[in-house]
Formats: sequence, structure tokens, C-alpha cells
Amino acid sequence: MIKKIITVTIFALYFIFIIGSFFLNFSIGKSIGGNFLKYALDMLMMFPFVFILIGLFEVWIKKETIEKHLGERSGAMGFFWAVLLGGTTFGPMLVALPIAYSLFNKGAKLSIVFTYIGAASVCRIPMTIFEASYMGAKFTIIRYAVSIPLIILFSVILGKYLTGKNYEIKDDK
Amino acid sequence: MIYLITITAFLIAVSFIFDRHKTFKALKIASKKFLNILIPFIFMLILISIVLFFFSEGSISNYINNKNIYLNTFISALIGSISLMPGFIAFPLAGMLRQNNVSCMVISAFTSTLMMVGILTFPVERIYLGAKVALIRNIISFFIALIVAIITGILFGEIL
Repeated sequence: MIKKIITVTIFALYFIFIIGSFFLNFSIGKSIGGNFLKYALDMLMMFPFVFILIGLFEVWIKKETIEKHLGERSGAMGFFWAVLLGGTTFGPMLVALPIAYSLFNKGAKLSIVFTYIGAASVCRIPMTIFEASYMGAKFTIIRYAVSIPLIILFSVILGKYLTGKNYEIKDDK
Repeated sequence: MIYLITITAFLIAVSFIFDRHKTFKALKIASKKFLNILIPFIFMLILISIVLFFFSEGSISNYINNKNIYLNTFISALIGSISLMPGFIAFPLAGMLRQNNVSCMVISAFTSTLMMVGILTFPVERIYLGAKVALIRNIISFFIALIVAIITGILFGEIL
């Protein structure tokens, strides 16, 4: 309850500040407001679509399919799929989180879910092509060759550590 | 974005043809998930709008002109952790830094932390992963990014 009041207060103060800045022509406030709008358009716009895709995933994909390929007994191939899935995720890394939640709920094991999140942040394919064209292929290959094994290693350790600790990925407080 | 809308619309149509009820259920799940995350999301946007006022995209080059390459690498890793920008802004910026003779190691620290570490997106990340795991993930990612940068530096002959 207290948390709610604080949140509402912060939101109210912020938006009063921004709207006030526009009326009083206060440049700092206007610039912050502009930032808000820019990132809201950039990120918030795509999320309804991402969530619709996730909704479709949840109703159509069978739990057994995910369990078989990404679950406890999936072995090395599971990590391969996780990296591939991460690589083809588009948008900012945040998009990967609700997807990770759905995968986890459908029976993917933790180490694979963390690998997926890592892969979605470092090896998205469209971004990679862009990177290589500006920085050269060598730069990109080094980044891949170093970060992917480390991400998998870290995910396995974190997965082992959290399994049996009642840890779960959630999608609300 | 246009692809995303097209693909989504196409899949909804296909799903609708096969099973109307499942499709409605999917849309209901989607709206519930979206509303669940909306408050932390707006909170995150507020945070972003304020912090990025002080850290504009071009300002990175002002912070990494020290003599010591390791110090520059560390600073650019910090800036990458705080910053938030899509690839189509980040990589032209990286290319520009490269042209200004900034070393690959420093650039790599910036781009890697930019992708993996998200201080500003933490309010949303902790909803899904929990505060503790989100924190662990970000810290480890920071070190992974530094390792990537150091190996980049070695293989480009910039250090050792």
C-alpha cells in the first residue's frame, strides 16, 4: 500500500514537472520529457506486439515440446537452441525477459533460460551484421567466441545454484 | 517494427482460422502480461529520461580520452552499463570512435556492456528475475564484457 502511494506520487510529480516545463518553457524539463517520449515510443510501442506473440506461443506450443528440447534432459542441444533462439530475438534485451518467463513456465530448465537471455543480449543476428559492417568481422567474431562460452558457463553455474532453492522466474510482483 | 507488426498480424490471423477460442485466450494473456509490467516500465522510462539527460549519446568521447588504456576501458564499460541505445545508433557511434583512433578494446567494453548490462532497465528486469538474480546477472555480465574487451585488446595487438 505504502509502495503504491510512493509510486503514484513519483509518477504525479514527474509528469507535473514535465508538463509544467512545457508551459513555462523550462529547457531541462522539456529535454527530459523529450527523452521520455522518445524511449516510450521506442520500447513501449513494440511490447504489445511482443506480448501477443508470447500469448500465441503460450496457447499453441505444447509443454512437452519445450520440455523435450529445452528441459532437464535436453543436453547440449538445448544450449544450441537457446543460443539460436536468442540470436533471432529482435528488439532490446528487455524483450527476452517475458519470453524467458514463458519458456521457464513451459518447462525449460534454468540454465537454458539464462543462456537464452544472455544470447538474446549479445548475439542478435540483425545487430551482428550491423556491428560487423562498422567494426569489421574480426571484432564481432572475438566478441562471439569469448562471450557465448562464458554466458553458457555462467548460466550452468547459476542454474545449478538456484535449482532446488524454489527459485522461479515471475511476471508480476 | 513493421516486420514485427506484420508477423504478429499474420500469426493472429492464422491462429484465428484454426481456433477462435485459443486466439482470444492468447490476446487475454497478452493484455494481462502487458498491464502487469506497465508500472515498472513507466518507472524505468522516467529513470531513463532523467539519467540520459546527463549522459547524451555523443558525450562518451569526452570521458575516454585518458592516457591509460585500462582506465579508458573501465570507464567505457561503466558508460555502456548506464547507456541504453539501439544498435543502429550504437554501432555508427562505435565506428566513429574507431575513426577517431579510439582502441578496439575500449570500444568493445562499451558495446558489450551496452548489450549485456542494464542499470536503467533494472526496475523491469527484477520483476522477472527477482532483484538478487537480476543483480548477479548484471554483475557477471559486466565482468564477461571486460573479459571480451581484454581479449579483443590482445588480439588486436593493443595491449601486452
